[in-house]
Amino acid sequence: MVDVSTWSLVVVAVLGVLAVALGVAVFVVDSMARATFALLGSFLAVAGILLVFDLVYLAVVTALMMTIEMAVMAVFMIMFMMNPAGLMPMSMVHNQRGSAGVGVVTFVVLVIGIWTVDWPPRTGALPEDSTRQLGEAIMGSHMLVMLVIGIALFGTILAGTVLATARGRYDRFGPDLSAARPSDPVEGGMGR
Amino acid sequence: MSDVLAATSTSAEAWGLVPAVLVVITAGLVLALVVAAVDSAVVTGRGLGTAAEPLRSGSRLLLEERRTTLAPDRLLWRVGGGVVPVAALLSLAVVPFGGRTLWSTSADLVWFNAMEALLWAAVWIVGWGPNSLHSLVGGYRFLAQGLAYELPLMFSLIGVGVAAGSLRTTDIVVAQSDLWFVVTMPVGFVVFVTSAAAFAFWGPFAAPAGGDIAGGVTSELSGPDRLLLQLGRAVFLGAAAAMAVALFLGGDSGPWLPGFAWYVLKTAAVIVALISWGRRLPVLRPDRTVEVAWIVLVPVTLLQTLIVAVLAVTGFYG
Repeated sequence: MVDVSTWSLVVVAVLGVLAVALGVAVFVVDSMARATFALLGSFLAVAGILLVFDLVYLAVVTALMMTIEMAVMAVFMIMFMMNPAGLMPMSMVHNQRGSAGVGVVTFVVLVIGIWTVDWPPRTGALPEDSTRQLGEAIMGSHMLVMLVIGIALFGTILAGTVLATARGRYDRFGPDLSAARPSDPVEGGMGR
Repeated sequence: MSDVLAATSTSAEAWGLVPAVLVVITAGLVLALVVAAVDSAVVTGRGLGTAAEPLRSGSRLLLEERRTTLAPDRLLWRVGGGVVPVAALLSLAVVPFGGRTLWSTSADLVWFNAMEALLWAAVWIVGWGPNSLHSLVGGYRFLAQGLAYELPLMFSLIGVGVAAGSLRTTDIVVAQSDLWFVVTMPVGFVVFVTSAAAFAFWGPFAAPAGGDIAGGVTSELSGPDRLLLQLGRAVFLGAAAAMAVALFLGGDSGPWLPGFAWYVLKTAAVIVALISWGRRLPVLRPDRTVEVAWIVLVPVTLLQTLIVAVLAVTGFYG
């Protein structure tokens, strides 16, 4: 077992309850902005739990990525909603019966797994610097996986942008791509 | 390097948690006051005679009555307004004052960056909260600006981490004992300070609070709420200046004077240079600042990181 003090256990329990409560709040509140930032609060509570476990890099990077992600998500979710202002009442719940079924099954599977799997005891000691260990794993033995995931994510971003944008290079540079300066609705700051 | 690690304890361990936290809060408030005073002196052009003006207007805001708007999202509005100064103060927790940080982690640089990200989510909430058009436009402007300047800032931080071989700010200061990082990373230094100005939406980056949208995110703020936001911006600018000293200007190293004096002098110099240079530029349209970040700063900082990485592999940084 990992040696954790009572205080750490209390903090982990409180943060865990907070994470779940804020996760529930996502589906209870009636505003997209509140739902988004309730979800962010839930992620930040998880980051706090990682911090208690002394996994500082994972904790801080979770807080960093999730904050950026939720802030960007707020923009898109509000943009694609039926009422763009988002202050009118709305609901995050759809297909209630189906999702309740999926939720219950997942919960049961996870609980059975947690209590029946014969978890291996820790071998070796806590590393002095978990950040360095993580970096060595990512840049060493798991390099291939990380590279493939990185390229796949980047490809997805490019594909998504290409599919979403209404204007391509022919709109910007003319039918034979011969315009010296692109015609853009917003000029930008580089004098192009 | 590990001997050095063992020798430096955090200020929380050295002075006790409560005094150390109080020191960081005091440092944050002093930094904010210096930033506001220098800003006021530069903008009015009347020298240090106006340096007390921020104190006066700050205490006036403290006593001012709050106004509100029709059907605001009060919960989010208040939370956002509170997070701005708190995140700015939290970013100071990893800045090494007197050779010690409030708490030292193996990922200090990422911590600083995360607090910055929290800041920009919070500013958007402040724009969203009052249910008001100009305020919301300001919030969206800030989000676009924050997104654009996040990457250049990350790349300039990555350069520092690669050169020092550590993400711990005290290690980074030690790694500069021979050569300040600003010598090999001038671009990183400039981009770091510029991005800090963008995150504090100050100077040429003030469009989210611009006059063309009646004050943007600040348009509906009054009394203590406005004070908290302005305080958070000033604390963050000051914290970024202090962080820039630790990351690029050798921290507290320097001849004759004690280290702490050097740290204070360098931080003051960065603040004065940033403000007197930044206030020469007009407030720029956000679509301009954002495109500059994506098209110029991202490639330039990537190139800078490449140079640093090659230098680090060849053993230049020891």
